[in-house]
Amino acid sequence: MLALERVGKTYPNGVHALERFSADIRLGEIVAIIGGSGCGKSTLLRAIAGLDRATTGSVTLDHTAITAPHAKIGIIFQEPRLLPWLSVADNIGFGLSELPAGVRREKVARALARVGLTDKANAWPRELSGGQAQRVAIARALVPQPEVLLLDEPFSALDAFTRRDLQDHLLDLWNDTRPTLILVTHDVDEAVVLADRVLVMRPRPGRLFEEIKINLARPRDRNSPLFDNFKRRVLTALDRSLDRNVPDADAKSTAGEAMWW
Amino acid sequence: MAMTVELPALERTDAMTPRASSARLRRYARPALGLLLPVGLAALWELLVWLGTTGPHGIPQPIWDWLKWVGLPNGRLVPPPTRIFATIMELASSGELSRHISATLTRVAAGFGLGVIAGTILGAVSGYWGLARQLLDPTVQALRAIPSIAWVPLFILWLGIFETSKIALIAVGVFFPVYLGVMGAILSVDRKIVEVGRTFRLSGPAMIRRILLPAVLPAYVVALRVGLGLGWMFVVAAEFMGASEGLGYLLIDGQQLGKPAQIVAAIVIFAILGKTTDWLIEIATAPLLRWQDAFGRQSGAN
Repeated sequence: MLALERVGKTYPNGVHALERFSADIRLGEIVAIIGGSGCGKSTLLRAIAGLDRATTGSVTLDHTAITAPHAKIGIIFQEPRLLPWLSVADNIGFGLSELPAGVRREKVARALARVGLTDKANAWPRELSGGQAQRVAIARALVPQPEVLLLDEPFSALDAFTRRDLQDHLLDLWNDTRPTLILVTHDVDEAVVLADRVLVMRPRPGRLFEEIKINLARPRDRNSPLFDNFKRRVLTALDRSLDRNVPDADAKSTAGEAMWW
Repeated sequence: MAMTVELPALERTDAMTPRASSARLRRYARPALGLLLPVGLAALWELLVWLGTTGPHGIPQPIWDWLKWVGLPNGRLVPPPTRIFATIMELASSGELSRHISATLTRVAAGFGLGVIAGTILGAVSGYWGLARQLLDPTVQALRAIPSIAWVPLFILWLGIFETSKIALIAVGVFFPVYLGVMGAILSVDRKIVEVGRTFRLSGPAMIRRILLPAVLPAYVVALRVGLGLGWMFVVAAEFMGASEGLGYLLIDGQQLGKPAQIVAAIVIFAILGKTTDWLIEIATAPLLRWQDAFGRQSGAN
């Protein structure tokens, strides 16, 4: 289990980015973090990844404090960040350098097939389309079989069609080993289609505003009335989170309640 | 474009053949295109001198007078390409040419090697450690501001007039572009790519080997080529300060004994050697930089 306990971050320049964020995230759960700009969602993700240390509170994975990048935690960024001097196959195998070459090759081949890019194994990253490159990034992060996979607005730079395609593909890949997914997004549709739980944050300083459980069976139909219902709930929460007249306590009291209309 | 012959549609079964041959044509045509200008100018030069030695050939009198005044037609100060070629052949047959070339090449190689080693090490240290950069870089930049030729008297006093001072001067010339190139390249490595290395928990040496070195390589190759160019520049300065052999000596000797053909011959050899060594760096590093021009390759030979 990933435990976030009163995680706070103040940058050296005095910006108070995140305040007392607490959440427990079960193994295999998919959590979407959504909020207006400056709500500290990327800061939170970087703290979980161990890339930037929280200034207060703690992040623990199965009772181990996370203070630096951890073998069981993978991350996918907004940009694919592939290494341009490595072929697609070598990029996917980048995190497997400690394994014997034969095992590595086999794992890479399987991952390539899984993301449907076997024919691009020897291509250079610059020869890929944006969607293909992000698939490679996903494969690279998943191949070491992390327990927790963090995604920082992974599909926001892609066109709508590719984005949907990759969202479905991500769920499909998640189903193989069922790692915990924590996804930062500003796309309500994406949050509702992927997540078991949506955490709405509010800015300045970034803090948790509302938690919405998405009780919908997968695969989810983006056109169903129930799906729209959840989208509306998330949107309402987002609007309220940005309204300075709504106090924090007010929001928390409604969290978790089922709203049917 | 003689290769692109129009074929009737029925005969065009193998579409690859004309494309491949036109690609091959392009591959050889490009260097040939580069030779067009120098060969054309040389031919014009030759023609002018030939006209001058054989008479006006109907050239209008005022122009002819002007050409004579410039001194072109007798070809004494402006030796025609054939005479330059003859001079080169003469020097080559007496074995003198190879002696001069090897003397110059040895100096450039030694100076370039030392300059590259020093520039790479100090540039890498300055690029990698902020503290080292703060300590070292201001001094190096101040030294860089000194015109390198200004070191010549000091080097002669310290190191004598023989090889050591010459090699030191060349090494100084090569050092600065390599130092700047390496430091700048390390400083400009994309932080986002470094972060990928961090998320895969690379150790310090692994980060250098797997992320920093490949990221820095393209800029390093450019720095080496700039450094080599300066090496060739400074070897002339070094050989001007007193040498009994080398291409720079041929230049001075040609000036003092009034042999312009020898001067131009040495200049031509400098051009050939400089271009060849630069090309050697280019082809030696091309396999390492294949990922960079993958796009160009795809649209070309593939």
